[in-house]
Order: sequence, then structure tokens, then C-alpha cells
Amino acid sequence: MSAAPLPTTREEAWRYAAVDRLSAVPGWDEIAVGPGESWRDCIVIEDGEDTPGTDVRRLRVSVGEGGRCELFAVLASAEYARVEVEVTLARGAHFEFGGITVGGRETVREFVTRTVHAEPEGTSNQTVRSVHWGQGTGNFLGSIDVVRHAQKTDAAQDFKGLLLEKGASVNAVPQLEIFADDVKCAHGATVGQLDEAARYYMAARGIPPELSRRLLVQAFIGDALVSLDDEEARGRLMRVALDKLDRHL
Amino acid sequence: MLKIDNLHAEIAGKEILKGLTLEVNAGEVHAIMGPNGAGKSTLSYVLGGRPGYEVTGGSVTFEGKDLLEMEPHERAAAGLFLGFQYPVEIPGVSNVQFLREALNAQRKARGEEPLTGGEFLKLAKEKAGLLKLDMDMLKRNVNVGFSGGEKKRAEMVQMGILDPKFAVLDETDSGLDIDALRVVGDGINAIMRAEDKAVLLITHYQRLLEYVRPDFVHILSQGRIVKTGGPELALELENEGYEKVMAA
Repeated sequence: MSAAPLPTTREEAWRYAAVDRLSAVPGWDEIAVGPGESWRDCIVIEDGEDTPGTDVRRLRVSVGEGGRCELFAVLASAEYARVEVEVTLARGAHFEFGGITVGGRETVREFVTRTVHAEPEGTSNQTVRSVHWGQGTGNFLGSIDVVRHAQKTDAAQDFKGLLLEKGASVNAVPQLEIFADDVKCAHGATVGQLDEAARYYMAARGIPPELSRRLLVQAFIGDALVSLDDEEARGRLMRVALDKLDRHL
Repeated sequence: MLKIDNLHAEIAGKEILKGLTLEVNAGEVHAIMGPNGAGKSTLSYVLGGRPGYEVTGGSVTFEGKDLLEMEPHERAAAGLFLGFQYPVEIPGVSNVQFLREALNAQRKARGEEPLTGGEFLKLAKEKAGLLKLDMDMLKRNVNVGFSGGEKKRAEMVQMGILDPKFAVLDETDSGLDIDALRVVGDGINAIMRAEDKAVLLITHYQRLLEYVRPDFVHILSQGRIVKTGGPELALELENEGYEKVMAA
């Protein structure tokens, strides 16, 4: 096996990556979602006996006409965790993405998505929430490409970061390349801290500080799972994220 | 029940309470009135342990315990309820979840069993009914999109569910129309008028006191209680104004 050269942080898609932790970059998992079909996957990187120090997943999905791709992911383990997704949407196809990163110490957890609206009337919706403490870092690099004839494209991307301690950081890089003229592309990114007024209000009603933090974080990351209509899966993803917070902060 | 002795407190280095002394016994309703800037809200936040309010002297004991030593959530579990002048919005957390967590956290702190979901909903329904607040409102996120009056009624529903021994109500009457004022007044009486409970009402106006009859009315001015009387003192204030009554 001839090793391809490892990426460096000079490459846009690896700009905030912990590239020094890479010994190899895995190939792409290719998935084809047929016309009118729906495909859903949940990716969870959580603490376990054989959690690797570096966990990089790469997914390349093509979605046929009127098809639907739903991906939800929680990155709560590995010193460096990365989920990279490249989705190409045919006419009227939809891509739904909900991602959560949580972590402290010096961990780096990131999502890198590239959404290609290759034909008209495709829609995509991406929501990422990152909660970090210690010197943990969460990243979301999301590029949206709308080709020249992909009119009536409707794409949205929303990132929010929550920093629980000084020293933690998040990076959001939305990148829109739009060559069609009749499209909607919305993107937003904010970074903040826990709402101390809300925490005091909760304390005044008898809720101890750890519980108010948990409730506020739960409300915060819940946005990323709103469109996951499988209650059991949603509960599991939420639990992985909140347990991480409870055990390591 | 509550004993405040020579309390001094400051915020951002500015002294607001300058030797406030007040005793409230079980079964009593006290009203504190006073001009803007007298220290009324500061008193309520100091009692509630809000960060940023520093006590520089004096003491507060609640049922024989040093209140100022307790964390805000411990004060709540001990039976203190602070009604906020400006209730806080919490997006993403429903009233039902918020109040169930709050009640069960208090019960846990007191060594009591938590309420089940069903038991809690029954209780919430009863108290919401008392305040004429639609149960659907309780399914919505805490105070998000509530009008001023709805927020105040929701506060009283919270009080009903948490069933405190002592309530400090900071301008609960502000932002209420006449009908809502009556509902809230009736709610306070139903929830808190009992031999083993007490209320400290902080208000600008006499109107709420028509529904919740105070046993004592105090005038707070420049960080101190300067005059104490019965319900007639509130009327006198309404008619004559602070300056004249305080000078008398």
C-alpha cells in the first residue's frame, strides 16, 4: 500500500485539524441513495475500551432525484475525531445533517461537510452544535456548492458554539460557492457562554449548578437533533453527549 | 421565621443596603414599599443569593439558620421562594421539565422521594388552574414568548408547585392588568396565607395590597426601613407620597 501524503493545515479542509495525530487518512465510504429513496445513519464516536486516539470517518454520498440523506453524529471521544461528508444532490434531493461535538482537555473534534447542489430544486439543512471546555476544540467547516443550473436550491447551515471554560475554542467556516442565480442559501454562526441569568433563575428554584448546566447544554445541543424523528436514536445520541459532560467536566 | 439584622450590602462597590433590620414571623404578610433606588430589589436579590450582590455586614437567619451561608439552590430547598421582577426566558427548556427538575431537586435535598411524571403533572395542572394559566403554556419553553402578565402568573404557578415556606415577591404586580392583578392576588393568598408560611411583598403600589392584605407595611428608603405601620400606611403613601409620609 503506497501511502498518500498526509494533509497539512495549509489545506482549507484540514485547517483546524490535529494533523500531527494522523498516520494515514482513510478512504471514502461510498454510498448511493437511489431516486426517491431515503437513507439515514447515526455516527457516534464515544468512549469505549478500544476507542482509537484518532478516529476519522469519510463518507461520500450521492443522492438520486427526490431522494433523502439524513446523517446525525455525536463526536464525544478520540483525541482527534473527524467526520467528513461529501454529498451530491440530484434534482429535488435533500440532505439533512445534525452534528454535535463535545470535549475538553486538548481534544479536537470536527465536522467537515461539502454539499454539492448539482441539479435544481435540491434542499439541504445542516445544524451543528459544539460544546467544549478545558482546551478542547470543536470545528465545523461546511462548504456548499451550487452549480450553474441548480436553480431553486434551498440550503441552510447553522452553527453554534458553547464554551464552558476559558481556553476552549470553536471554529466555524461556512463557505458558499453559488453559480446559480435563483437560490436561497442561509448560514449563521455564533459562539457564546452559558447564560448565567438563566442559571441563577434555575438556582433560585432549587436546581443545583451541575443540573442547570446539564439542562442548558441539553437545550443547546437539542437543536442538532430536532429533525431526527427516531426517538430512541435521539435519546441515545443525547445521552452520549451529556454523559461526556457529566463525567469529564 | 426570617430575621434580618443590620444588613449592609453593596453592588459593584456601591453600598445599597445600609443597616436594614426586619423580622417576619410565620403567618405574617409584610409589604415593603419605597421610592425608586431605595434598595427594594437589592434586598430581594441579597435574600436570594444572586451573584454580584455582596453582603458587607449584618446577618440574615431563616428558621434559625444562617441564610447567607447557603447557596441559592440550597435556599430554595430550605423553603425560600424569590418571585422575580423580570422572570428569565430559558429557550429549549419547557416549564414542565424545569419545574419537575426543580421540585425533585428540592425534594432530594430534603431527603424526600421524587414525584413521578404523573404525580407532577397532576400537581402542575391544579396550580395552573388556580392561576388561570392554560396547561399548554406550561408545555412551552420557560417564559419564552410570554407576555409580561403571563410571566408573572407563571411565576405564581411555580410558587404553587414548589410550595415554599417563605416568599419574597419582587414587584410581582408590575405589568399586570386589573383582572390579572386579582388572579395573582388570589393566588398568593391561596398558596401562601397559612399559619406556617410568610410573605414579603415588594411593591411600588397600593393596588396589590387590596387583594393581599399585609399585616405590616414598611417604608424602605436609602437602604433602611424608615417607617413601619399597618395596612393604613400604604394608603397614606398612595395619597400623600413618600416625601410627605417619611417627613411626618
